Amino acid sequence: MREIVIISGKGGTGKTSLTAAFAALAKNSVFCDADVDAADLHLLMQPKVVQRADFMGGCKAVISPDICTSCGTCRELCRFDAINEQFQVDTIRCEGCGVCVDFCPAQAIQFPVQRCGEWYISNTRFGPMVHARLGIAEENSGKLVSLVRKEARQLAEKKGADLIITDGPPGIGCPVIASIGGATVLVIVVEPTVSGIHDMERVVDLAAHFKVPGMVCVNKFDLNVEMTETIEQLAQERNMAALGRVSFDPAFTRSMVEGKTLFEYGKPTATWQQVRDIWTHIINSPSMNTLGIVDLKSTIQ
Amino acid sequence: MIISVASGKGGTGKTTISVNMALALGRGVELLDCDVEEPNAHLFLKPKIERSEKVEVPIPLVDLDKCTFCKKCSDICRFNALAVVGKKVLVFQELCHSCGGCMVVCPEGAITETGRELGFLNFGARDGIGFINGRLRVGEAMSPPLIKQVRAAANPRLITIIDAPPGTSCPVIAAMNGADFILMVTEPTPFGLHDLKLAVEAVRLLGIPCGLVINRADIGDRKVFDYAEKENLPILLTIPFDRRIAEAYSQGKNIVEEFPEWRQCFTELFRKIEAIINERGGAHA
Repeated sequence: MREIVIISGKGGTGKTSLTAAFAALAKNSVFCDADVDAADLHLLMQPKVVQRADFMGGCKAVISPDICTSCGTCRELCRFDAINEQFQVDTIRCEGCGVCVDFCPAQAIQFPVQRCGEWYISNTRFGPMVHARLGIAEENSGKLVSLVRKEARQLAEKKGADLIITDGPPGIGCPVIASIGGATVLVIVVEPTVSGIHDMERVVDLAAHFKVPGMVCVNKFDLNVEMTETIEQLAQERNMAALGRVSFDPAFTRSMVEGKTLFEYGKPTATWQQVRDIWTHIINSPSMNTLGIVDLKSTIQ
Repeated sequence: MIISVASGKGGTGKTTISVNMALALGRGVELLDCDVEEPNAHLFLKPKIERSEKVEVPIPLVDLDKCTFCKKCSDICRFNALAVVGKKVLVFQELCHSCGGCMVVCPEGAITETGRELGFLNFGARDGIGFINGRLRVGEAMSPPLIKQVRAAANPRLITIIDAPPGTSCPVIAAMNGADFILMVTEPTPFGLHDLKLAVEAVRLLGIPCGLVINRADIGDRKVFDYAEKENLPILLTIPFDRRIAEAYSQGKNIVEEFPEWRQCFTELFRKIEAIINERGGAHA
């Protein structure tokens, strides 16, 4: 099973708009929204939920005031300042370590498992989709990302799909690390700005750190052509193919307002062709067509 | 006074608003870049970095001479960061949440603590504007403890402007909790609105007053404006889409410097925030 994960480092570079456009071009695929924290792919894919399930994350401490003797042991041991002078637990600060639970001499602290979100298997006009919604202010987003990716994989195997297309989260932290492990290839969407390039370098370092091959495409390239060239050069230096350029095109926003992908809005444009070409490059890339051999050159040498 | 600039969706202009407001106010402000995964504010404020500090979190260090392999430490750990295998204790550093439980429970006193590098804090300034950012080490998963360190390093006597990370989960909460005001930067698109609603729910959970900046205000649709009215969220500034602003941004240039007519707008933005905070009984510190 092959999986393309679309990431960016910086937010708002066009990951989700491009993922949905790729979904419109892909055949026999399963789609996965791994940006569980601020999931947006469903706004373009209009999924019809066929199965939903709770996501149970970590536990949080709850002190029973009737049993509590106010001895202060929990406050002394808690490293997260989560227990106030009235011996109430601040659920936002509670890390779920359970140290207070284990050491309370009166056994006054309960430790219930938290329902941290929901996840779904859905049908869309392009194929099946696995997505989720993390509860507000919740932790464990990495765990939920791993869960939706695992479910997408199982679904793809069950349906006999060839490919999983995963919309990843921004950043380089916990949910991103959970998104990229075991992926066939990463498509890194970069915008030609000083911040876009800075964030791309960190995400490229992350891909190298976890040894996942990556490819780069530049979105809104005409905002700064010079910077676009720098990005493509940098990609080559880091052994990542430059997949192509997408114009700064208001059609992305307009199609989004109608809940459509780029290819379902208006008449064919030059931007359509740019995105098609990038998709062809992705599908035909060596990373997608070699059985685990990532660096062809070094293999030959 | 602490103002945290957040958004839900990424790329709506958090850094632009934070940096331009800091520049418009000048001396007496400290800008904290709490988007430690992808810190960008320094690319625009261009501060002179004066010093850097390594940030570590404590992780257990087991003295095998004292250890009796009783497994109490691995039993107590909720994060599976310790495993006792035969005459060995494995510590999975990246799973450790630094709660210290293993150290407390060890009957032999065999566990002390050492550090795991989370990243760096950088301190600098430009034209009297203080600057601190956190940079998460590439490969490190946990950003909230580093965000907390950036916040702990702030000078409480200054006006603190926090550039928060995107999203609605623990890193954003770490960048918003305890602030006097949350400034939400959004764009009038379905993605912008969807993620704004989630972020506003998070802010309401924290009980902090909140207002909006609508960036690229003339793209997309009007639904963000309807939402703001319905939810009683004041719109404190709107910025129309202007290709010149987008191009200046791409080169690391700031609105208030390239288009001085905007300086006043950012000063007024701050005055409005200040007025709301004072109405609610003033800043915490």
